[in-house]
Amino acid sequence: MSKVLLQTDSLNAFYGDFQALYDVDMSVCEGETIAIIGANGAGKSTLLRSIAGLIKTEPESVRFDGTAIGNWRADKIAKQGIALIPEGRQLFPSLSVEENLKLGSTVGRTGHWQLDTVYQLFPVLKERRTQPSTSLSGGQQQMVAIGRALMSNPEVLLFDEISLGLAPVIINTIYEQLPNIISQGATAIIIEQDVGRAMAAASRVYCLIEGRVKLEGSTHELTREQITEAYFGVAA
Amino acid sequence: MLVVLFLVAAPWWAGRAELRLLGEIYLYLSLACLWNLMAGYAGMVSVGQQAYVGFGGYMLFALTMFVGLPPIAAIGVSAVLAAALAVPIASLIFRLNGAYFAIGTWVIAEVFRLTFAQVNALGGGSGTSLPVSIVKSLASSRSGRESLSYFLAIGAMILVFVSIYFFLRSKRGLALTAIRDNETAASGLGVNIWRTKLEVYVVTAALTAAIGGLIFLQKLRISPDAAFSVNDWTAFVIFIVVIGGIGTLEGPIIGTILFFLLRETLADYGSAYLMILGLVAILVMIKAPRGVWGWIAQKYDIELLPMRYRVQLDK
Repeated sequence: MSKVLLQTDSLNAFYGDFQALYDVDMSVCEGETIAIIGANGAGKSTLLRSIAGLIKTEPESVRFDGTAIGNWRADKIAKQGIALIPEGRQLFPSLSVEENLKLGSTVGRTGHWQLDTVYQLFPVLKERRTQPSTSLSGGQQQMVAIGRALMSNPEVLLFDEISLGLAPVIINTIYEQLPNIISQGATAIIIEQDVGRAMAAASRVYCLIEGRVKLEGSTHELTREQITEAYFGVAA
Repeated sequence: MLVVLFLVAAPWWAGRAELRLLGEIYLYLSLACLWNLMAGYAGMVSVGQQAYVGFGGYMLFALTMFVGLPPIAAIGVSAVLAAALAVPIASLIFRLNGAYFAIGTWVIAEVFRLTFAQVNALGGGSGTSLPVSIVKSLASSRSGRESLSYFLAIGAMILVFVSIYFFLRSKRGLALTAIRDNETAASGLGVNIWRTKLEVYVVTAALTAAIGGLIFLQKLRISPDAAFSVNDWTAFVIFIVVIGGIGTLEGPIIGTILFFLLRETLADYGSAYLMILGLVAILVMIKAPRGVWGWIAQKYDIELLPMRYRVQLDK
């Protein structure tokens, strides 16, 4: 595999006094897609939020392309090319679809993704571009959230709960587009509750339990049983 | 547009009292637009904007009396000084959030009031009047002065309104709305929250100080209690914005008109007038939480000043 683009090195993350992550070591290589799985409260979202700078950590515990970014502000990290598609989509309700997308280009990174290419990816957004973003269906809102992140032409895409609360048919559509989304040279970290989907989309998985990495490995090598055991702490 | 032209021509058709009232309306509208930009768009609910109104007023007096600047230049300089002062103040009060931010701004305004009350050269606690020579330097005749101060007021209002309009239509305005909607998501997209808010705060401070200068150029007399009055420069302004519709450009216009209608009809009733204002505020907040304009816009789906890029859609 090519060089490591993003890695965490004994990452500890806190919400006030509460520690959510304990010594998490994780790495993603350039162009790779990895999945993070784990039960609710395992620390998956915390991991992505720490990488994106929404939670401050020790500087050295998150490295991007060799630079320690653990204590950087979120907007600075976004400018470096790490884009988070947050859980629950977090669109801006007073802005239209197109305005939401335009905000994605705030960081000023240029490349393949711009309004045209995002509309090609999700044609339905073009039809709805003038509507308030929150008047869309959940799946369409997720498309806006993805498009908004793509507009920053990121090197690393962080998908938090990509299919949460969406109808299965919408999830299919989004997963069908995933290769197109990621193919533009981007690296991706996906959080997914559906282990089957996570295994299919990613080349490696990390399984978190109670803030610690319980299991990691290539999706080809790990068995369903190993994952179930790591996930629930007991053999199925 | 026609309305604006008609209003600009007011000195040729309106009487002295109307002219004065219109000037006051424009200045209030400007303050309301500025407060609306901070609270309605940037989410910074300040109850201390009187700090900058009073600062602008006092700087007008100080710079004309002691430095010898012509009044209009003094207003420009005081805006710049207010901006310079706003930067360190922002770094203090931006540490506070929500209600604490509001209280913090008020405390700052009180500090301003007490500070200026200590300056004996400016009359201390009882205040001072603008010397006749400076007043005369504006224009020799009384009617000339009155039309000049009218033109300054309407000019300032147009300047404030147009700059807010274009700011909000720009990419930064978009970022500002995004911050108000969802700070976390905005920062994740690379919006520098602190800097965006700082820019808004500083620009608002500068323009508020300029308006303050114009207000006291009209009044010709200043005292700490009048200059830093939380009632006159913040409570009424909040009333205007909330009644009209916070977070909309049209809101402050409607609110200002309503406020002056109420004031001109009820001002003779003394404290009953303030009680009625309070009652109106409560009623509007219950019946139309997004203000009169919010209610109208929702009911008829119109926007006088399109902010949502509707006009650009056929590109």
